[in-house]
Amino acid sequence: MAGWLTTLRHPIDYRMLRPLAVTLTRLITGANATWVNCEPRADRVRVYFANHGSHLDFATLWAALPGDVRDKTRPVAARDYWGRTRLSRATINVFNGLLIAREGITRRDNPIEQMAEAMRAGHSLILFPEGTRSHDGVIGEFKAGLYHLASKVPDAELVPVYLQNLNRILPKGHLLPIPLISSVVFGTPMLVEAGERKHDFLARAKQSVMNLMAHTPGTSTPQSS
Amino acid sequence: MNWSSPVTHHVLLVVFGVLGISSLIGLILSKRATTDAGRATVANLNARTNSWWVMVLVIFSALALGSIGTTIIFALVSFLALREFLTVTPTRSADHAALFVSFFMVLPYQFWLVHTQWYGMFVIMIPVYAFVLIPMLATLGGDVTDFLERSARTQWGLMVCVYFISHIPMLMSLKVEPLRMGPAGPVLFLIAVTQGSDVFQYVWGKLCGKRPIVPKLSPKKTVEGFVGGVLTASVVGACMFRLTPFNPWQAGLVALLLCITGFFGGLVMSAIKRARGIKDWGTLIEGHGGMMDRIDSLCFSAPVYFHVLRYFFAKD
Repeated sequence: MAGWLTTLRHPIDYRMLRPLAVTLTRLITGANATWVNCEPRADRVRVYFANHGSHLDFATLWAALPGDVRDKTRPVAARDYWGRTRLSRATINVFNGLLIAREGITRRDNPIEQMAEAMRAGHSLILFPEGTRSHDGVIGEFKAGLYHLASKVPDAELVPVYLQNLNRILPKGHLLPIPLISSVVFGTPMLVEAGERKHDFLARAKQSVMNLMAHTPGTSTPQSS
Repeated sequence: MNWSSPVTHHVLLVVFGVLGISSLIGLILSKRATTDAGRATVANLNARTNSWWVMVLVIFSALALGSIGTTIIFALVSFLALREFLTVTPTRSADHAALFVSFFMVLPYQFWLVHTQWYGMFVIMIPVYAFVLIPMLATLGGDVTDFLERSARTQWGLMVCVYFISHIPMLMSLKVEPLRMGPAGPVLFLIAVTQGSDVFQYVWGKLCGKRPIVPKLSPKKTVEGFVGGVLTASVVGACMFRLTPFNPWQAGLVALLLCITGFFGGLVMSAIKRARGIKDWGTLIEGHGGMMDRIDSLCFSAPVYFHVLRYFFAKD
């Protein structure tokens, strides 16, 4: 579909579509952002890790960040899925995505190294440690990538993020979104503790995402008749 | 809306007068509040008043644009309400098709029926056809978990947020006489009495509320607030008889009916909220919560009012 674009004399710079992408994402998902014990910071390198249930997840999380933070933040996406067609690659480009290998990892084609490199270049990342979209809001086990990345870039802050309702707005296996209201909750930044084992850290990271369910909007609004 | 009628002039004078005075009182109170709690209460009061300005302006512009404007505005209200309702009541991915059809086919078609004034279809489309269609689509999702609950949630969402709300613009199709300020009169009567009842219950509750009616559902709804609010709103309703085909005592009785159905509408919606562990349906209207928090009492009073008008007062 995007084939004719590549035949233009000057290739299209997908970055110019970013403001449109942000507006469109916010319109579809109605997302509001809540920050719990955490401030949006453009001067920190962070890994935002969230539960995953919809194609809208990375776009929504990215669009929920303030502009200056968003400019420095790249969603991480699977190359075997998002790298398949020109259109999907163009979409990932609009959102400043970083394509990584999920399978067939070699020493030269190592996703952890690729992510660490982007972070050393000053980018924050958006990561879905479950590795794939789950059904009906169940949060699956976290894969080890988050732990290995944190060990490689030890000064990066790991920010848990809970995404609510996106799996209902556009569930896995469906093409058209429905207009429900979603929310994005950012939690307290965490680090891998000294001597912490991989298994323990991953369990703690998953729990920190689940704890944010209690902070979705509407659960604690004062004063109403 | 009949702009040349003195009734219209009185209505505009009273509504904007009351709002102006409320804003003035809010301004004076905000200057005089000394404690933190006092300031918070006044800030909430002022947020509510400001939201009322917006809501009143929206309603009057809709009514000024006549039947089409009113239908479009309430279609939007209905959309926002359904969005909040289905956001709060959990469904599963197997319901996706049913939800998509609810938002993008059932809702627009219902308001299209209001526009064409095809009464027969208007009155059965959701209770019969949508009722049948929703579980049909849900079965194709092939997921039996909470099947009845999930179907019921979608059906309730359509009944409360779409079907009931669509009765408000449909009021303008009723052939009732005399209508001194035009077909907008009965609509305005419904909204003023139902919303007025909420406000008066809030005020009476603040002034002398002691015994809560159903503390588990709504701790702020008290016997004193209910009696004071309902009686005040009914008397106000009786005074507004010129908006409607009623005589004063009929207007008072219909207003009483609206207050009681409205009260229970609010209580039912509150029960649904509490069962989900939330306080507000959304964050759309400052000081009020979501759209559903503002129209919960209208959901129940609108269809009852419509049929009272149609059965006892309409010509055919």
